[in-house]
Amino acid sequence: MRFVDEFRDPEVIGRTAEEIRRLADPGRHYRIMEVCGGHTHAIYRFGLKDVLPPNLELVHGPGCPVCVLPMGRIDDGLSMAENPEVIFAAFGDMMRVPGTKGSPLEYKARGMDVRIVYSPADALKLAENNPDRQVMFFAIGFETTAPSTALTLMRAKALGLRNFSVFCNHVTIIPAIRAILDSPDTRIDAFIGPGHVSTIIGCRPYEWIAKDEGKPIVISGFEPLDLLQSIVMLLHQLKQGEAKVENQYKRVVPWEGNRSALGAMAEVFALRPYFEWRGLGFISQSALRLRETFAQWDAEQRFSVPGVRVTDPKAAQCGEVLKGVLKPAQCKLFGGECTPEHPVGALMVSSEGSCAAHYNYEHRKNGVASGLG
Amino acid sequence: MGSGKVRFNDPQIEMAHGAGGKASRRLIEGLLVPILFDGCSEPLGDAAHLQLDGIQLAITTDSFVVKPLSFPGGSIGELAVNGTVNDLAVSGARAEALAVTYVLEAGLPTAVLEAEAQAMARAAKRAGVGIVAGDTKVVEHGKADQMYVTTCGIGRLIAGVAVAPRSVRPGDKIILSGPIGEHGITILLARGELDLEAELWSDTRSVLPLVEALAQAAGPGIRWMRDPTRGGVATSLNELARDCGLGVHLDEESIPVRDTVRGACELLGLDPLHIANEGQFLAVVAPEFAEAGLEALRRTPGGHEARTLGEMREQPAATVIVNTRYGGSRVVDMLVGDPLPRIC
Repeated sequence: MRFVDEFRDPEVIGRTAEEIRRLADPGRHYRIMEVCGGHTHAIYRFGLKDVLPPNLELVHGPGCPVCVLPMGRIDDGLSMAENPEVIFAAFGDMMRVPGTKGSPLEYKARGMDVRIVYSPADALKLAENNPDRQVMFFAIGFETTAPSTALTLMRAKALGLRNFSVFCNHVTIIPAIRAILDSPDTRIDAFIGPGHVSTIIGCRPYEWIAKDEGKPIVISGFEPLDLLQSIVMLLHQLKQGEAKVENQYKRVVPWEGNRSALGAMAEVFALRPYFEWRGLGFISQSALRLRETFAQWDAEQRFSVPGVRVTDPKAAQCGEVLKGVLKPAQCKLFGGECTPEHPVGALMVSSEGSCAAHYNYEHRKNGVASGLG
Repeated sequence: MGSGKVRFNDPQIEMAHGAGGKASRRLIEGLLVPILFDGCSEPLGDAAHLQLDGIQLAITTDSFVVKPLSFPGGSIGELAVNGTVNDLAVSGARAEALAVTYVLEAGLPTAVLEAEAQAMARAAKRAGVGIVAGDTKVVEHGKADQMYVTTCGIGRLIAGVAVAPRSVRPGDKIILSGPIGEHGITILLARGELDLEAELWSDTRSVLPLVEALAQAAGPGIRWMRDPTRGGVATSLNELARDCGLGVHLDEESIPVRDTVRGACELLGLDPLHIANEGQFLAVVAPEFAEAGLEALRRTPGGHEARTLGEMREQPAATVIVNTRYGGSRVVDMLVGDPLPRIC
């Protein structure tokens, strides 16, 4: 397949892995965080850990939008699904995420009208096709998906569509990285920067990480070769004692970002003063809400949303895993009470969650028989 | 069933229980087998073998609820015939007779039923099997989705073939009859919910000619066969790994996937190993028979893309591993949840 195979060429990958082994100082332990859940998934799926030297540790970051959503927000969204007038529409990733009284899929099995959509535009189409129902789109994601939600809302406004609304859970990546760096128990040497988010926001917003925090960051693509090349670039910086923002994913990410997408976001969204993140707690100015000019399409204004706060199950250590303090398998519930089939935390649900990736691709490598029970 | 320890505690039936993956397996082993097949100690296969007055027979049944009813390359009627013929074939039996049951929703256009009955007749003729009994039920409009089809088949055992997961040994080769994922992705696209189009057809067909060719060339070496329908190749091989306790090692490079299927999977974040097939089968063959078996498959019409996917090893126990093209590896688990409901 063109555009993919050239980034999976075993020979080039072998050479790049060799370069990494040559660059890595054997007397040093490297902790490199990939911020983005898409990277976490790719690292596991392609078995990249097996080709890296043992003293180079990849730490999985908080860039999985489903994972960072606290359970209270899921309960809030599902409370709207209980309204018989409402069609609850969300991305497939959301469907198995547990709320206090079950996941969207379980709500659907109980008879509530829950639909999977592949884009916010599909949810808008649902509203057009069901004029006597209220379609509520459960919007999640970083800057990657926020522009398409913004454009959909602009379209809803232009159409004067009164039976469509958005429950906005969009978050922004930079405050999350800041929270990681501010956390005393995370020691990160360098960052693999998110690819898809950066297509929208560009590379400039990361400059403080290099300048103020002295940490190298390389924006990376998602193919095996992309990730290995990014690690080479980071090791070069670390070796030279440098810290700068570099763009490995130039074929997709423009340095200045995507102005029209940013424009659409600015028109529709405003920053929330603060927002709760699973594991990271309340982070100021880290999430988006709809502007007053779009209040009519704001599900939080149209419906009565309980605004519940639910603490995660005590034994679950999602927060520690999200911050990279614990590895997935070090959580007490991992693989026992918490499995992809019966997830306790969202990290075990989303394909981008590090627990699901670890469970699916890694944890039985030594032959622990899979239980069905 | 082997372990006997599986417990089913789920309070209600969810879509995932029908997806052919982990949840289905738990439902069957934890709830149904202890009630219905009390005392059965054999690993579950695609068909049961029984002896009646000295005659060896195979019997199986399968229901079809696919949505939409017809799709590029096939329709529900064709699936219902091929599915049951294939379940018998991979248990080592040739289908001799089928019974069919239709559950119809009031309001279904007669033309649709007629077309599906004709599709079944054609598929049965192609597979060399007779439809000899049937039943029809109608439910109120809205209580079923157009039509569901159930087929039951009996077959005669193919001489010299004995499949049993417990006979699988380290070093045995894993053979696959052709490219994977085409049925599942075709159905997904046929629903029109995605703005995606591709030149793709369901692979639904009878695999009996291929199974017979393999049996003729490598009969005594065949240890296990399975048609990887719901849950895909990954789920079938995980069942094998669990039932025989060995490790299944696949070479990523040798897994045959057409570009259209790969492209759709890349876009949608799906693994082709989890996507349903309706016209392929997997076989584990003793190493000394593997080459002859593969050649026989490739010489048979529809088998030219057959491949060796990998081999069985002692370790890691009861696990499926894919070795990537650059020296990495990953575990491949059974399907969890149901990304694509009502695929067959």
